[in-house]
Amino acid sequence: MNRIIKFIILDILKNKIVLLYTLLLAGFAWSAFSLEDNSTKGILTLLNIILLTVPLVSILFSTIYIYNSAEFIELLLSQPIKRRTIWISLFSGLALSLMLGFLIGAGIPILIFAPLGVGIMMITIGCIISVVFVAIAFLSAILTRDKAKGIGISIMLWLYFALLFDGLVLFLTFQFSDYPIEKAMIFISALSPIDISRILILLHLDVSAMMGYTGAIFKDYFGNTLGLIISFMILILWIVAPFFISLYKFKHKDL
Amino acid sequence: MIEVKNISKRFGKILALDNIDLIFKEGECIALIGPNGCGKTTLIKSILGMVIPNEGEIIFKGKDIKSDYEYRRQLGYMPQIGRYPENMTIGQLISMLKNIRQSETELDEELLHQFELTSQLDKKMSTLSGGTTQKVSATVAFLFNPAVLILDEPTAGLDPLASEILKAKIVKEKEKGKLILITSHLLSELDDMITQLIFMQEGKVIFHKDMDVLKAESGEETIAKVITKILKARAI
Repeated sequence: MNRIIKFIILDILKNKIVLLYTLLLAGFAWSAFSLEDNSTKGILTLLNIILLTVPLVSILFSTIYIYNSAEFIELLLSQPIKRRTIWISLFSGLALSLMLGFLIGAGIPILIFAPLGVGIMMITIGCIISVVFVAIAFLSAILTRDKAKGIGISIMLWLYFALLFDGLVLFLTFQFSDYPIEKAMIFISALSPIDISRILILLHLDVSAMMGYTGAIFKDYFGNTLGLIISFMILILWIVAPFFISLYKFKHKDL
Repeated sequence: MIEVKNISKRFGKILALDNIDLIFKEGECIALIGPNGCGKTTLIKSILGMVIPNEGEIIFKGKDIKSDYEYRRQLGYMPQIGRYPENMTIGQLISMLKNIRQSETELDEELLHQFELTSQLDKKMSTLSGGTTQKVSATVAFLFNPAVLILDEPTAGLDPLASEILKAKIVKEKEKGKLILITSHLLSELDDMITQLIFMQEGKVIFHKDMDVLKAESGEETIAKVITKILKARAI
């Protein structure tokens, strides 16, 4: 398995897209921290950028890479390698290289400028979010053989999680504002990994006034260690569930 | 060596394989022939584990291939249309396969030299012509000295010289007692190689017989004539 992962990582690094992504993140991070006078503002600016770009790049790059690896997968399949190993190696290779890009691009400036606690939180979230969207990419890539359709599904999913979901939450909040929907909101937030990530960081920044309705309720319920653990478990579930569905489908796929 | 037991495969509404039951023994060179879309490639891919049959099982040396993947160590596969990672060179491809297989058996690089690929090792796969890609496919299939060779349209796209080299190689490997499965439409090319013939049509095996028996039954000498005669007889 390690040999295949190594091969895939080398192949991705040769691709230069991940390098570009790293440089892009580095540019955003350094300018966000240099332009704002205090680090909290810098972090908030960077948080919004990260929560838009990291999922987009992770999901699109992974989807395209999986489709472009069709030949490679076919070649490996006629070799004495388990299907499971092929799929997991591909996943690990993509997740590791995108995480590496994030760590170098955004991780270094965060560690330099941000307070340690929030900084580490933010880096962890960034890494997890990268992997979550790689996992979602695997799911959308296995759903259809057609590359254009697969990329379309990926873009729609990103659009939903990054933009539409917030709109929906807002819409629901207004529509049901006469009812006690606080608990329901907590459940609904779990439906988007980006929302949970935003809430987790904001809870650490202690600027609950800025975070809108979902976050304010979350602060009440989850502003403690238990809340942290549950939120991380939900994020991990966002990695495990899509990936294992795709793994199951890949094992039964005809190539 | 390989037993195919009652396998069926459906692609949507199409029944690609219909209750196929076959036994392949060592030392045989078996030709799999039939019209386009009769399920030859699906059958081959099922044996390779790339296509998963809806029903039935495939036994390789006593083991069901569903629960085993190591058996592919003993298989060499040459696809009909070789598709390889485009930004890899021939050299990288071969060294990667060696690396993945970690094979302890001696490598068989005869074809690599005979096809004169050694001078093209740094060419990228995307720049290769169809014929050269076929040469690479053949080299890779024979490289690890497998006990079973599965060749899907091996000579299609090869120039006459390369095709002769490959045929000579197939005969040589057959004499070493390997099981060789070939699909081809060029019946004349198969004449001096094969020992058994399987004829498929619409996902069914029409017959699976020894070449000698077939020749004796029909009184013809070449495969093409044997097949024509049988088809005519069936039509009547």
